[in-house]
Amino acid sequence: MQIIEDPKVYDAIIVGSGAGGGMATKVLADAGLNVAVVEAGPFYDPAAPKQQTQMKWPWESPRRGASTTRPFGDFDAAYGGWEIEGEPYTRVEGTEFDWFRSHMLGGRTNHWGRISLRFGPLDFKHKDVDGYGDNWPIGYEDIKPYYDQVDKLIGVFGTNEGLPNDPDGFFLPPPKPRLHELFFIRGARKSGIPVYPARMSMLTKRINQERGVCFYCGQCSRACSVYADFSAGTCLIFPAQKSRGQVDLFVNCVVREVTTDDNGKATGVSYINKEDRKEYKLKGKVVVLGASACSSARILLNSKSPQHPNGLGNSSDLVGKYLHDSTGADRMAFVPDLMNRKVSYNEDGVGGMHVYSPWWGDNSKLDFPRGYHIEQWGGMGMPSYGFGFNVVDFNKFFGTKVGGYGDVLRSDVKKYYGALVGVSGRGESIARKDNYCEIDPNTVDQWGIPVLRFHYKWSDLERNQARHMHNTFEEILTNMGGELLGEKPGADRDYGLHAPGRIIHEVGTTRMGDDPKTSVTNRFQQLHDADNVFVVDAGPFVSQADKNCTWTILALSWRASDYIVNQLKQQNI
Amino acid sequence: MDRRESLRNIVLGSLAGSLALHGCKPEADTDLIEEVDRGSQEYYGRTKEELERDAELMEDEVFLAHERATLVTLCDLILPAGDTYKAASEADVAGFIEFMAKDIPELETPLRGGLAYLNHESNTNFNLDFAKASEEQQKQIIDPIAWYDPEVPESERGMAVNFFSLARNLTLTGFYTSKIGIEELGYKGNMPNVWDGVPDDVLEQHGVAYEPEWLAKCVDQSKRNIQAEWDENGNLIT
Repeated sequence: MQIIEDPKVYDAIIVGSGAGGGMATKVLADAGLNVAVVEAGPFYDPAAPKQQTQMKWPWESPRRGASTTRPFGDFDAAYGGWEIEGEPYTRVEGTEFDWFRSHMLGGRTNHWGRISLRFGPLDFKHKDVDGYGDNWPIGYEDIKPYYDQVDKLIGVFGTNEGLPNDPDGFFLPPPKPRLHELFFIRGARKSGIPVYPARMSMLTKRINQERGVCFYCGQCSRACSVYADFSAGTCLIFPAQKSRGQVDLFVNCVVREVTTDDNGKATGVSYINKEDRKEYKLKGKVVVLGASACSSARILLNSKSPQHPNGLGNSSDLVGKYLHDSTGADRMAFVPDLMNRKVSYNEDGVGGMHVYSPWWGDNSKLDFPRGYHIEQWGGMGMPSYGFGFNVVDFNKFFGTKVGGYGDVLRSDVKKYYGALVGVSGRGESIARKDNYCEIDPNTVDQWGIPVLRFHYKWSDLERNQARHMHNTFEEILTNMGGELLGEKPGADRDYGLHAPGRIIHEVGTTRMGDDPKTSVTNRFQQLHDADNVFVVDAGPFVSQADKNCTWTILALSWRASDYIVNQLKQQNI
Repeated sequence: MDRRESLRNIVLGSLAGSLALHGCKPEADTDLIEEVDRGSQEYYGRTKEELERDAELMEDEVFLAHERATLVTLCDLILPAGDTYKAASEADVAGFIEFMAKDIPELETPLRGGLAYLNHESNTNFNLDFAKASEEQQKQIIDPIAWYDPEVPESERGMAVNFFSLARNLTLTGFYTSKIGIEELGYKGNMPNVWDGVPDDVLEQHGVAYEPEWLAKCVDQSKRNIQAEWDENGNLIT
């Protein structure tokens, strides 16, 4: 079969349209460049009536929002999930990794939690603190101007608190806490844990005329139809299409590999069009990979040529290595003081937490080196599949009979509505060379592209951290007056530590560094081995921090894109 | 309040003042949000593959007529009509449960087995199918299985007790995710809103209060539509 070549030569080909690819598209198009954006999934606009899930009632779904077809339920905006038919991945026996993919314009930013935390000064130099992992080649001062720009361009609410490792920014004002959050504040403080207004990318205040202001439906996971939360499609790609550059969107196109010339420089990409299943080639002066840490690693490893026999950018043999996800553990409690609530008001709020606790501990006195932050949820949410399940169980806390039907059951449902609170820890794991993804030589996906095989194991450092999370959760929930639900997980269950990949913060597969022997990209996310290829997703992260990765992906992608524009102008690439 | 009316209030009521003052056009926001609302009436955002799967499931029938009758009866015992309440059948809870038995196939056997159990008990004791028995007779059958000791692990509570728990769970979900169920529950959300904190009477009822220092940091909703500007230190000045 003949490969179909487009004669046009783009200034840049951007692979992926999530946070990293979206930001690169915006910055490069704003600079007047002609760019192609190649996205593996369909076009998506949360305001398109046929794609919109925001403001739907549960009865509009025959399964009432159950998670049978989408892992976070029918109304969640993410297409895809941990398993996608026809697009497998494998794991080395005895190891685990669950890989969440969302193929669509905007990628996983359509449903993400919008928790938008800057990394702090320590997060770039943590090896200096505890000896684990490696330092980044850059520091907070290198990225700070870009964080500032991201805050202003995209919008994030929060407060300047002057914390040493949770930097201040340019924040929109936060929403007031909800009732269960006032209980959380009280419980956490009793446990000596400080609480601050959350930092989330929803517009509590107008930032421009193109995007709406939050109307507090609490449904950011469904992606906002008035673009009042950050999704890469609505906030970066769409504006880029209106900029002075030319943006050609190639949707439903799966990139197979980066093509290179005799000098080893990239010439473009080859991709499979999902609609006709044929292979095509695009030419570009620069290739920018933003397909997600693992997908970009896969593309590089599959881009073998005489000049790059080990895969593109892989002379160090480090592409795919140092893969790491955030740690995570969760606990729930029933809070009697939150019973018998008045349903007189709408407390949906923003989609997610209004308050949070950044890491407060001193790791030098603990049996694990890195911290975690605490998120929480609760309140009188919109019922969906699972509502009322085992609600009668709570009768046991009052010594009344457990079970029943009819009027007594009805009154139980209402009595207990809004009395559940959950807390989650999301923390930093140590990046390790022996946690990695590689090409599985025996398996291809339905497009004929060799797939990834994962090799990932947690260590005791992460398990100890999870144990600490659960001890903390019990203390906070008890101090809130809560009755703990479920059992505290023990050593047999890794102290409740979620499997790697479950927190969907995977980073580190093309890590940056000054030494081409110990890193894949340089400090501008440019491949050491091919100077016209850049990686703008979370692949170049040296370490993850106890933050979420999106705000840092955005800031770094902007920084790398500025560098690309500059290098093109100087005709260096 | 109707959702459209709520939209008008949020856009025209609370915001019109600040909009007019600062010369922005409120129409844009109204149109945008109304468009959102209109779209939500017709679809629920399915991909083609999801639509096909839903359609296939809808066509299938798992329960036979007498099983369905048994289920309808059981759901209405769990959530019967009352002076102010509507019955499970008015929200077609049995139809929802039947859909779930297809959507999550592991539910089918415990549900069918449990329905057969109810009919077996009813026929043995009263020589009548469960749905045809009197309410008193039906309650004689479900009373022994409607309560359980939460200290006993689920796996040891017995098939009939666990069936009733499953039916109760699915009935509650089916009913309280329906239009009439949400009305009964009183949930006020899924409406455009301007969140401005917990009402005072609710704070008082639950014995908590806002701290003035915390509130001082929070959004002033009267200025939500005024474009954000900061000084060079990140202090919001608008």
